Amino acid sequence: MYNGGKIIIGLAIFLGIATLPFFSNIGTAVKRPEPSLDTPVIKEVQAQLGRKDVCVEPKAFMQANHMRLLNEWRDSALRQNKRLYISSDGRKFTISLQNTCMHCHSNKKEFCDRCHNYMAVKPYCWDCHIAPKERGGQS
Amino acid sequence: MKIDRRQFFKVAGWGAAAGVTAMNVVGRFGSGGRAQAFESMETPETVKAKQFAMVVDMSKFKTKDDIQKVIYACHHTHNVPNWGNPKDEVKWIWTDTYKHVFPGQESPFLDEAFKEMPFLVMCNHCDHPACTRVCPTKATFKRPDGIVMMDYHRCIGCRFCMAACPFGARSFNWRDPRLALNMNDLNMEYPTRTKGVVEKCTFCDERIAQGKQPACVEAAPAGGLVFGDIDDPNSDVRKALARTYTIRRKPELGTGPNIYYVIGGGETNAG
Repeated sequence: MYNGGKIIIGLAIFLGIATLPFFSNIGTAVKRPEPSLDTPVIKEVQAQLGRKDVCVEPKAFMQANHMRLLNEWRDSALRQNKRLYISSDGRKFTISLQNTCMHCHSNKKEFCDRCHNYMAVKPYCWDCHIAPKERGGQS
Repeated sequence: MKIDRRQFFKVAGWGAAAGVTAMNVVGRFGSGGRAQAFESMETPETVKAKQFAMVVDMSKFKTKDDIQKVIYACHHTHNVPNWGNPKDEVKWIWTDTYKHVFPGQESPFLDEAFKEMPFLVMCNHCDHPACTRVCPTKATFKRPDGIVMMDYHRCIGCRFCMAACPFGARSFNWRDPRLALNMNDLNMEYPTRTKGVVEKCTFCDERIAQGKQPACVEAAPAGGLVFGDIDDPNSDVRKALARTYTIRRKPELGTGPNIYYVIGGGETNAG
């Protein structure tokens, strides 16, 4: 092999740089994101209903299927003009991301963004829908 | 190994049957069937109609201010940006002159008052909308109550609808509308749009679902804009149509526009 030494040194340097992120993160597990439910409205509803799990559907379902529920809500309201949601426990909600979801979850940065950033998903909801954080100022 | 024609068909047949069965099984269980049936209904206060329509009585608009109020009410309610130039312009309700609103009906001897009159124009929510026929994604569609609706989630920005609409009722967002909106003065209960979608008047579908009249109707002088079901002989719209002579924009095109105009003829616009 011509210039074998140089090639091997070069490869070693390349491998070192390419795997640097893995080595530098060894032992520092990134913490699991904890979306915050700490908003005044949620606390109020929790006190009213006397339980922790007060979202439109049970927590486990929402964690796994909120995106599917949002799609159903979108199509129901926009395409069928059915704007009243009946939850599995019989409560009624106005179907609206901006006015119903975000009314309770007024902390988009601590709620939506925490998981979405962690998972590197970028839903384009907020290209049109106005996030509560933008209230009273440019985002 | 050699197989004859008969054996080949046997093997192929059993293989296909197994494949179809497997696909069905995976389809049933693999996608993890919906845990919850989504249940939704129309709001009880929704205003019902077979075909919504509007009568624009120009004789009721006395000043420029009356008209500006109507446009502001609509554009503020729906976060419509004001770019300040005709190239980027986005409009849901706007004004135009007689010869542009009713082309083919102008004459050189038309009264000056009519020539300069700023006619309020908006989407006509046609009986047979050309825009919905050309939309490749059904982003715009006709609702059972006659509203020509926009679903911005589906709009791919092809602008076929803009080419199809004979009334210029549709606007394209060439740029991010938020750049032209006062972000401190938004209607926080209504979204903005995004770059690359077409938008237009939706007869305030969100207000109709709350049992309200469209925002423009509320902001107009009494009787200036009359809104209701044209299929119901007792509706305000039908009563207004029965009272006086009205015209529509470009009815000869056959789209069946549902905005009716009272040009004047009353005591105020006679001279």
